[in-house]
Amino acid sequence: MARAAKAPAKKAAPSKTAAKSVPGKASKDELLGYYRQMLLIRRFEERAGQLYGMGLIGGFCHLYIGQEAVAVGMQSVAKKGDEIITAYRDHGHMLAAGMDPKEVMAELTGRAGGSSKGKGGSMHMFSIEAGFFGGHGIVGAQVSLGTGLAFANRYRGNDNVAYVYFGDGAANQGQVYESFNMAELWRLPAVYLIENNQYAMGTSVERSSATVELFHRGASFGIKGEQVDGMDVLAVRAAGLRATEHARAGKGPYILEMKTYRYRGHSMSDPAKYRTKEEVDEVKKTRDPIDHVKGLMAEAGVSEDAIKKIDEEIKAIVLEAVDFAQKSPEPDPSELYTDVYLEA
Amino acid sequence: MTDVMTKPAAQASATSGQTAGMNMIQALNSGLDVMMERDPRVLTFGEDVGYFGGVFRVSDGLQKKYGLTRCFDAPIAEGGLAAAAIGMGVYGLRPVLEIQFADYIYPAYDQLVSEAAKIRYRSGGEFTVPIVVRSPYGGGIFGGQTHSQSPESLFTHIAGLKTVIPSNPYDAKGLLIAAIEDDDPVVIFEPKRIYNGPFDGHHERAVTPWTGHPLAEVPTGHYTVPLGKARIAREGSDCTILAYGTMVWVAIAAAEDTGIDAEVIDLRSLVPVDIETIEASVKKTGRCVIAHEAPRTSGFGAELSALVQERCFYHLEAPIERVTGWDTPYPHAHEWDYFPGPARVGEALKRAMTGGR
Repeated sequence: MARAAKAPAKKAAPSKTAAKSVPGKASKDELLGYYRQMLLIRRFEERAGQLYGMGLIGGFCHLYIGQEAVAVGMQSVAKKGDEIITAYRDHGHMLAAGMDPKEVMAELTGRAGGSSKGKGGSMHMFSIEAGFFGGHGIVGAQVSLGTGLAFANRYRGNDNVAYVYFGDGAANQGQVYESFNMAELWRLPAVYLIENNQYAMGTSVERSSATVELFHRGASFGIKGEQVDGMDVLAVRAAGLRATEHARAGKGPYILEMKTYRYRGHSMSDPAKYRTKEEVDEVKKTRDPIDHVKGLMAEAGVSEDAIKKIDEEIKAIVLEAVDFAQKSPEPDPSELYTDVYLEA
Repeated sequence: MTDVMTKPAAQASATSGQTAGMNMIQALNSGLDVMMERDPRVLTFGEDVGYFGGVFRVSDGLQKKYGLTRCFDAPIAEGGLAAAAIGMGVYGLRPVLEIQFADYIYPAYDQLVSEAAKIRYRSGGEFTVPIVVRSPYGGGIFGGQTHSQSPESLFTHIAGLKTVIPSNPYDAKGLLIAAIEDDDPVVIFEPKRIYNGPFDGHHERAVTPWTGHPLAEVPTGHYTVPLGKARIAREGSDCTILAYGTMVWVAIAAAEDTGIDAEVIDLRSLVPVDIETIEASVKKTGRCVIAHEAPRTSGFGAELSALVQERCFYHLEAPIERVTGWDTPYPHAHEWDYFPGPARVGEALKRAMTGGR
């Protein structure tokens, strides 16, 4: 155990039990901010679903509805310069990271005004400005890419943290464990976020994973992990802060397993025969992340009017995005050949 | 309980002689069913394959019928899945692994190339890898770059692997059964765009289902379509078109649209390739167009072009034409400008008829 001898501070055993999520308190303004962002994601996604139904979005489209508290809670602890990388259920992360909803929606419709000029589509979007490193269509691949981002932070000597998102399905890919080993070995500032929405497409965690408490998955590498209520934005924020401080201080990677739930199908063509309607309804009724924030706002004495005002604002933003995504022209066919190599 | 190592008795299938209308998905499902019924060494697994029945429903109902040990879900871990299949195969089982999209096969590539393809050779023939890897592939479904690719030439390049691509329900089932019975590793790429109907590239037209198509009348029992045997999909005398998968239907449409009497050869099997059928046709027509969805550079068309040139040079009246996807990633926008549809194949046919002059 030479490794441990060099780093006694790290010896604190990789969590045997989940640290209890202590949500902490938030101010009125903070709550309004979280509500605003989460509502933006939900309304945006609902519209995306509608545009898909109308045939304006083709192919693959994975909605983030139900998981809003994860992206928004984590964004609240990130600073400018931190990197975010995720898989294909990416719209919510991009909106939380501050990307323009117009550009995101126009990418979904494959238009020139989209963030990847219509070349990427739903699963493949990027923004240097927002620190968003994609949008990746291959399950688990982004975990290793994110590890490289964290390496670059360390090499450059900055104090940025890479937030590396993946799902319960990706947690079984071999390269995730190759990445964990490197990240701990080299003490990389990475926070690995497992969005455990309980279903890898149509296969539940129980049917695909030998152990279902995914926050333990870093244990054999000595990476600390916590399980978090991913439907509670304040619990996400509190755990996110602990993980971020750890990584930013140069102590290496950290794993957060966000227990969450997706309300919609895996993608748009999902018969959802693998779970009951009752199960989905129960989560919507009892654990909805937006309802939760609404409850906190009511307790904090936020007025109905203030909430209504936000609802109206969000509606306008989303409508504007839809309008832009429909009016933006298709990319010129010559764009098929550009961005393959550097053009002389 | 039967010893699973026992080979099945060569039996006539109880249902032989009967046929039923099937799309490609149903035909593949039937192929798995027939083989799991006959041969206890056959099992199938992959992501969402068991409980869910596969994202394209190819394994629908099989878990219920054959139980959890013969049709089951696997974690998302393609490298490990391929390796496990190889291990099963080396020790006498006949696993059929589904890789959910061909675009996800790359983590498994190392195992297929370094292990599956070479174990027979490096064991001096003592060990074999009688596995089948099935994978939906190709474009035409707005899948963008990670759900539309055609990676067949990465596999045809590997000695020790066989690569098969069906174009219709009858062949899909017959080739699948032949692949399962084959003693070497076989990769089957299933063109997902034609799972439900013979798509000919005219995307502006209504979708045609397989219903009523002669090639959708599939025997319900056991039969094989031998690996390495091409099919003449359309007889003609003016020019030979070499195609496989979806492009067979596109090639036929191009012949109809241009009025050029093309002979369309559906390769069915890329490795081994039926060079005799190709050679006979090109020598008859004196002209050759090759069509595939995959990008042009180092695509399988390059190999076909070289083979035709080597064997038919003095019979050729015009340069060999290739119609392919562009040398770019598969696009999200402008899919139909990328997809080599009947208009592009038709243009190539016309050039082949005039020698480009």
